[in-house]
Amino acid sequence: MIATSPTTRPLLQVKDLCVDYLTDRGPVRAVDRVSLDLAKGEFLGIVGESGCGKSTLLFAIARLLSAPAEISAGEIWFDGRDMISMDEDELRHLRWSDYSVVMQSAMNALNPVMTVAEQLADAIRAHVRMPERKLRARSEELLKVVGIDPVHLRSYPHQLSGGMRQRAMIAMALALTPDLVIMDEPTSALDVVAQRSLMLKIKQLQREFGFATIFVTHDMSLVSHFSDRLAVMYAGQVVEIGETRQVFAEPKHPYTVGLMRSFPSIRGALQPLAGIPGSPPDLARPPSGCRFHPRCPQKFARCPGEEPDLYARDQALVRCFLFDDR
Amino acid sequence: MIADLPTREPGQELLRTVGLTKHFRLGGFLSTRYLHGVDDIDLVIHEDEIVALVGESGSGKSTIARLIARVYRPTGGDILHHGRSVNRLQSRREVLEYRGRVPMVFQDPYGSLSPVYRVSHGIMRALKLHRTDLSKRGRQEEAERLLEAVGLVPARDFLGKYPYQLSGGQRQRIGFAQALACRPELILADEPVSMLDVSVRIGVLNLMASLRRRERISFLYITHDIASARYVADRLVVMYAGQVAESGPVEDVLAHPKHPYTQLLLSAVPDPRAPISLPSTSEVQEPPRVVNPAEGCRFRARCPYAIEQCSRVTPRLRQLRPDHLAACHVATNELEPAYMEGRESLR
Amino acid sequence: MAVRVVTDQAAIEVPVVASRRGVLGTVGRGLARNRKAVAGLALFGFFVLVALLAPLIAPYNPSALQFGQMLQPSAKHLLGTTGTGQDIFSQLLFGTRESLLIAVGAGLGATLVSVIIGVSAAYLGGIWDHALNLFTDVFLVLPTLPLMIIIGTYLNNRGLLVLIGVIVITGWSYGARQLRSQALSLRNRDFLEAARARGEQSLYIIVFEVLPNMTSLIVAIFFGAALYAVLAAAGLQFIGLGDPNSLSWGTMLYWAQANGALLAGSPVWVLAPGFCIAALGAAFALINYAFDEISNPALRPVRRRGK
Repeated sequence: MIATSPTTRPLLQVKDLCVDYLTDRGPVRAVDRVSLDLAKGEFLGIVGESGCGKSTLLFAIARLLSAPAEISAGEIWFDGRDMISMDEDELRHLRWSDYSVVMQSAMNALNPVMTVAEQLADAIRAHVRMPERKLRARSEELLKVVGIDPVHLRSYPHQLSGGMRQRAMIAMALALTPDLVIMDEPTSALDVVAQRSLMLKIKQLQREFGFATIFVTHDMSLVSHFSDRLAVMYAGQVVEIGETRQVFAEPKHPYTVGLMRSFPSIRGALQPLAGIPGSPPDLARPPSGCRFHPRCPQKFARCPGEEPDLYARDQALVRCFLFDDR
Repeated sequence: MIADLPTREPGQELLRTVGLTKHFRLGGFLSTRYLHGVDDIDLVIHEDEIVALVGESGSGKSTIARLIARVYRPTGGDILHHGRSVNRLQSRREVLEYRGRVPMVFQDPYGSLSPVYRVSHGIMRALKLHRTDLSKRGRQEEAERLLEAVGLVPARDFLGKYPYQLSGGQRQRIGFAQALACRPELILADEPVSMLDVSVRIGVLNLMASLRRRERISFLYITHDIASARYVADRLVVMYAGQVAESGPVEDVLAHPKHPYTQLLLSAVPDPRAPISLPSTSEVQEPPRVVNPAEGCRFRARCPYAIEQCSRVTPRLRQLRPDHLAACHVATNELEPAYMEGRESLR
Repeated sequence: MAVRVVTDQAAIEVPVVASRRGVLGTVGRGLARNRKAVAGLALFGFFVLVALLAPLIAPYNPSALQFGQMLQPSAKHLLGTTGTGQDIFSQLLFGTRESLLIAVGAGLGATLVSVIIGVSAAYLGGIWDHALNLFTDVFLVLPTLPLMIIIGTYLNNRGLLVLIGVIVITGWSYGARQLRSQALSLRNRDFLEAARARGEQSLYIIVFEVLPNMTSLIVAIFFGAALYAVLAAAGLQFIGLGDPNSLSWGTMLYWAQANGALLAGSPVWVLAPGFCIAALGAAFALINYAFDEISNPALRPVRRRGK
């Protein structure tokens, strides 16, 4: 894979992962043969629209999928350990101390009848024995690090604003200084100013603590300044993956190009934009061949018939026949 | 507005709000705590104009739309439609006519259409109520014409579908078709693209622009996304905590933002093409929930330029540039040289 | 603030209307695919058939008195005879008619009252909502059997309509609660605001926009009410508060008890109508469970794929 130093083993390796939802009408493939590597301390952004499978992928990696979704094929290796074959007990040892998860909406993830202090203590004590005083000191430190006044340890989630709740979630996720923090659209419920503030804070924390991050979002511009690498997903597949700056400067896959052209800008000259015609496909009945071909302005004869692989070009991988050099 | 179109001078005044105010009582019958949804709003919308109302959640922008749509009754102030007070409309016929002239398009494409009927239902009902000049046959033909106008072709096929068979973008277009059925002058679009996929948004925004161009309909476009506001609108109104902070022609406001909140908003918009400009603050700051507020500027707690006057006197909108108003003591009196220079170099 | 609510799972969920034939088509299709629903509907259908074809299937006139009394089941009398010499099997078949009538009639009546009160409470709001809620709560809390007994005892007329009436009075409150909740949750949906915004009148909105979206719940409540009606009717008739001269499963139980059938060695006289009551009740209960499963996918039995 790209952009990892060949001498160190990647922290996370996902190989040909497939996730299916078992519905009345048969299995629906939400994630199709996705492969990723993540190095220690790396910030990977995963971008895509509704139905692309990014959230499902995230939950699969965190081994948090529940019926009717299940991993039907592929491998997940975390720090050399096989995640898929682990049972609940083994996973529990890994959770929070080696990797943690920040959800999209803190109100859904935080317990409304417990104070912030109690929840932090809960998270820590579930994995590590710590004397009361040390626990308290650590909790205060964690809140300070994310930018919340420690006096809020005594608050209940509904007493905090949206931005503060998200930060509290992040504090909980960092409680045991994990190597990997997985984030599922943590800023989507916040307004623009709070979003920016939170993103900068996450990046700062990442530099200080050195954890790797997988950050899922539907808004590419949000991660444009923060992620090292960027993966673009469409209809359950990765269609482009490469260094962030490069993906933005020279998008290759026609979908990525179309996405870039869907963001009106407040700076620079005003230009008419076209977006991408059509809409993401129904995963129960994906298009034949290349999944993007019905909406692709550059499709040609080969596209509806064959499924493209990921082809390498300039340090990036693109799932498009335009880049098949053969 | 989109650059390839010639800029038009807006026509005559269509709708004006005067000191529009809405307070919500918190708690029970005997409570004296009032949440100030919006205070003292003066807004004007002309013919052939798209006005964008921009603000974060809690800023009051949706409340204004609902006041104009007569979903809420104002606590104070008035709404004038062609000079006539909307609040004092009594007869069902007058109210119905107003509703036809000023319909609303909603945010949620998955909730704005009744799931139990075909998508033609809402359009046909709207036609039945507002286009009494048409026969049954006439309504059918008009429904097809409406779907073509919003880009859903073949119209006959789409009319027979159920909402579950359409994508989010298509459902929003049906919402616009329903609004168009009434032969509107002004469409209130409440965050019509916020819940759509990014690649689909542009299509709907382009639709709004083309409806304004071809059918000469004005829009009040409510959004939290300032970039999309720039893309479609002629004028921009920025709201903060229930009040208008700044308003003016969209390019002028973006090039010369006068209110510190506007400046903050513009600096926070992520733009992949621009480098990061500002450091983060360590504390979390958010718009206040305005309950029984005192006098003074509601932004002062977050404002880097706040002066003593800001805590005593509520700033009023003053014209600072041609057609460009802002409610800020510092901006009005051109204090703080740093303020004047620093932010104007955003472009 | 726009919150993105679309997740990958949402892209795969079952919509409210998924059939070209609208809501009823969707409900029908959902029921057809659910095993409990099929079983319940088949059982119910079976009883309906029996009721319709009773004159053709029954070997004798159910009120004919010329046979021997308390006879054991035999080839001539499949389930034996009663204490007054009537054929039990024929009685059972003809009794199906009245029992079904009570079940469906009282079920419909209770559902109608629930809908009117529940939806009105949600839409009138304010003081009316409080008043109707109080009213509903009172009925919800009253012990039904004693209430039925008291009403039944004081009313001199013991006819079918009175029986149905008593069941409706005691059975509507449960459904009203649920309907009010759903109507309240629908009230702020955008498509209702859209209907108001285009100028529709309130009554139109309630009947044509709100109720059609509650079809699933209303049908489910009907089956729940019908289940309650079957058991309540049986109970009332058993203790003699029905019309002893009418013919239904409940009155058969009454007469069996009055004649000491169990002690006298004719248990079939008790077991046969008792079994039918249980079976009809089970049919309604199955359909009710099926509705729960259809509307809440989380309750569905998880089918594991063979690996």
